[in-house]
Amino acid sequence: MANKIVVDPVTRIEGHLRIEATIENGVITDAWSSATMFRGVETILKNRDPRDAWYYTQRFCGVCTTVHSLASIRAVENALNIQIPFNAEMIRNVIMGIQNVQDHMIHFYHLHALDWVDVVSALSADPKKTAALQQSISPWKYSSEKYFQGIQNRVGAFVSTGKLGPFTNGYWGHPAMKLPPEANLMAVAHYLEALHVQKEIIKIQAILGSKNPHPQTFLVGGMSIPVDPNSQNAINADKIAQIRQYIAMAREFVEQVYIPDVLAVAPFYLEWAGIGGGHRNYLSVGDFPEGRRGYPDDFWMPAGVIMDGDLSNVMPVDQQKITEYVTHSWYEYSGGDGVGKHPYEGETNWKYTGPKPPYDFLDTDNKYSWVKAPRYDDKPMEVGPLSRMLVAYALGHKEVTDTVNLVLGKLGVGPEVLFSTLGRTAARAVETLIMINKMSDWLDALVANMKTGDYAIHNNEKWDPSTWPSNARGFGFHEAPRGALGHWVIIENRNIKNYQAVVPTTWNASPRDPAGVRGQYEESLIGTPIADPERPLEILRTMHSFDPCMACAVHLYDEGGNLVSKAKIL
Amino acid sequence: MSNFKEMLAAHNISRRSFLKYCSALGAMMAVPAAMTPRIAAALESDNRPPVIWLEFQSCTGDTMSMLLANRPSVGELILDHISLDYHETVMAAAGDQAEASKYATMEKYKGQYICIVEGSIPVGADGAFCTTAGKSAIDIMKHVGGNAGVIIAVGSCSSYGGLPAAYPNPTGAVGVSDLLPGKTVINLPGCPMNVDNLTGTIVHYLTFGSAPAMDRFGRPKFAYGKRIHDNCERRGHFDAGQYVENWGDSGHREGWCLYKMGCKGPASFHNCPTLRWNEGLSWPVMAGHGCVGCSEPGFFDTMMPMYGRLPNVPGFGVESSALRIGGTIVGASAAVFATHGAVTLARNWKQVREAKEETREITKETTDAEE
Repeated sequence: MANKIVVDPVTRIEGHLRIEATIENGVITDAWSSATMFRGVETILKNRDPRDAWYYTQRFCGVCTTVHSLASIRAVENALNIQIPFNAEMIRNVIMGIQNVQDHMIHFYHLHALDWVDVVSALSADPKKTAALQQSISPWKYSSEKYFQGIQNRVGAFVSTGKLGPFTNGYWGHPAMKLPPEANLMAVAHYLEALHVQKEIIKIQAILGSKNPHPQTFLVGGMSIPVDPNSQNAINADKIAQIRQYIAMAREFVEQVYIPDVLAVAPFYLEWAGIGGGHRNYLSVGDFPEGRRGYPDDFWMPAGVIMDGDLSNVMPVDQQKITEYVTHSWYEYSGGDGVGKHPYEGETNWKYTGPKPPYDFLDTDNKYSWVKAPRYDDKPMEVGPLSRMLVAYALGHKEVTDTVNLVLGKLGVGPEVLFSTLGRTAARAVETLIMINKMSDWLDALVANMKTGDYAIHNNEKWDPSTWPSNARGFGFHEAPRGALGHWVIIENRNIKNYQAVVPTTWNASPRDPAGVRGQYEESLIGTPIADPERPLEILRTMHSFDPCMACAVHLYDEGGNLVSKAKIL
Repeated sequence: MSNFKEMLAAHNISRRSFLKYCSALGAMMAVPAAMTPRIAAALESDNRPPVIWLEFQSCTGDTMSMLLANRPSVGELILDHISLDYHETVMAAAGDQAEASKYATMEKYKGQYICIVEGSIPVGADGAFCTTAGKSAIDIMKHVGGNAGVIIAVGSCSSYGGLPAAYPNPTGAVGVSDLLPGKTVINLPGCPMNVDNLTGTIVHYLTFGSAPAMDRFGRPKFAYGKRIHDNCERRGHFDAGQYVENWGDSGHREGWCLYKMGCKGPASFHNCPTLRWNEGLSWPVMAGHGCVGCSEPGFFDTMMPMYGRLPNVPGFGVESSALRIGGTIVGASAAVFATHGAVTLARNWKQVREAKEETREITKETTDAEE
């Protein structure tokens, strides 16, 4: 007999996610993903200065705190046909790069690890054996028996107070926990070390952008951090040296801790390489322009579409194929809720029709989420590190191919295991490694350009709104840590007439479409074994493998009229 | 505390190794070895205050700020200083297990726990714009906040409604003190809040047992007592009439005043110029972008457009005009909030404009009279 369970709140994510699922004979047979928070930021943006939009959209999300600013200024630059200086492009790449690295690191150690690591079990580890384990997997500096004894004592004293704080009611002793105590102790040490490292390396954003979270440095037309080797108020040799130091720190941690940890933990959980694959449709819009032509040309990370796991056929992205449904979302369409609309033709009209809170279950036969259902060529898609790595791998991108093959080789498995919960987590680690190794290139390019005497950081030609046409429209894309992101803006008489965003978690957390086809979260949960329905740890594992970001995902799309795409790509 | 000893035993931790830990801790704190028994006693009594951290209409930026804590670090904060019993973004438990943890703390420490709130609370649609475990943010806030010893609103959204409450406030978003008018709420606005102000507030509360002195907007004076303009490192350039005219021009590269590029520092009260961000590394003006006024109530309406200049300011700065700039905009922001309240404000953007016009008129009259 089917038994319906609810996980709400899904914790260790950004925002408000609720999962309802039916379980039969210890396996998930159906699932519904619901976003339970709505703000309506796009409505708030109406009639405001388009140059301000990045500041508002940045607050879609404070975790991936740069991504919506970037998509926003790119959308306005696209609408007004503004090319930005090379310095600004490289500064943007460095800011995006460290965002990606820090975000993935926090995700693995602080959001995802507690699904696999039993903190309490670490107390029965032998510190000597833990030291041997650490020394066998990498040359990392913190590897002595004394060090692990210290960590164990600290955790022991903490646990002994009986006040476990954020570790209260964790899944300690759960039958799905497989790591030996020594590996658990090592992971707990790395949890604490990563807390420190993430705080340090994100200082790159403070140097380039004044602060983190929410760096205040973006400008339509460029960046607001000056570049001048002979000024103490600009990016100079000293600041570049500081940035290099933080890149080196991040690189050391990723190479000696993050990657070895993934390789050490994965063998205990290899069954998760066969769970959580879902639809196996992947979308990447590409990013990190490297050439003089600027965005959107010469991407380091390529764009592409993969359907049904067919790596032999990577198709180009055509943004006209994106539609959105509201059949199961708390919105209404004027032409009826059964029809999909391209974002340019999207409509307002939010209308809550769910049960009045407090409620026990949502009405999942009808509308049940604040997230819309985006589809590409009428198919649900997955976006994120796995999509990017698969597209790049299938296209033969050298760094990605080499690193993916290295990881697969060490685990003794083939690329088919990537279509899974474990594959998603491994792809994020692979991306972190190639990203941190890439970042110096962008910094070098900035330095080389400064050497030529070019200190430009902003294109002022279109800064004054009086230079703008009375009507303009455009869109900007970005490969954010969590996946493909798009912003659309319509400018009329120098103000925003309409603003829209289709974000990574909208794709992944989508509810069903009119044909009843599940979103990717929902589909990925089907077939997942649940050892204890009272403590459904396994649901968290697959949900966390996506790194959900719900505040980003919930958006309101406005009426946009019929527009023609202006962007050079997609 | 026999319970504590039992737990030590249960986890195979000898008294000896525990005392060893205590002496190591003492060494770290640079106190004499004779202090070890006292540290052990303090740890054994374990008076870490329980904390319930609620997230509503937030972007999680304040949580991310918390993760950057450095004095104490977030690890020390969680392990040694507070008992963070409920925080959706970091806690191990989910669903029923998470809820159980929250209720256990509420029951055991009724009237004593610290409630930290991130994000605004939407009062529209019977609370359906934000729910957790099927319950509305309104009910959760009233229940958890109503039984707390003290409430700290972190960030501009929980303090005053913030971004969701900006015109036309589609969801009826309000700040904590709007929902719980009788309770003591310490507001730590900022977008996000600066974590040093949070750790400062917690340490103040633990040390003195009461909330710090606050201004009329519920902000601690130790962090929001001074105008940004008055402590700005570029103030000399303002007084000397040296302004950035274009992004990337020589004045911009040389760190001149950003007033003409829309800086709202003269109208904003926050310790950014002295405290800075990310362990004192930088802050917006230092990195070449004007202040947005993110610590002021309703700034998403009253301080925008971002690159617009503050009104009624003569081009070249002298002391009196600088003071007048501050007075003017602070006047507008305060007048709107005092007269109409956050909810009304958000629903009537027109009123903001009218209030701005009124203030402009008043300032003009004052200026004329002075002249």
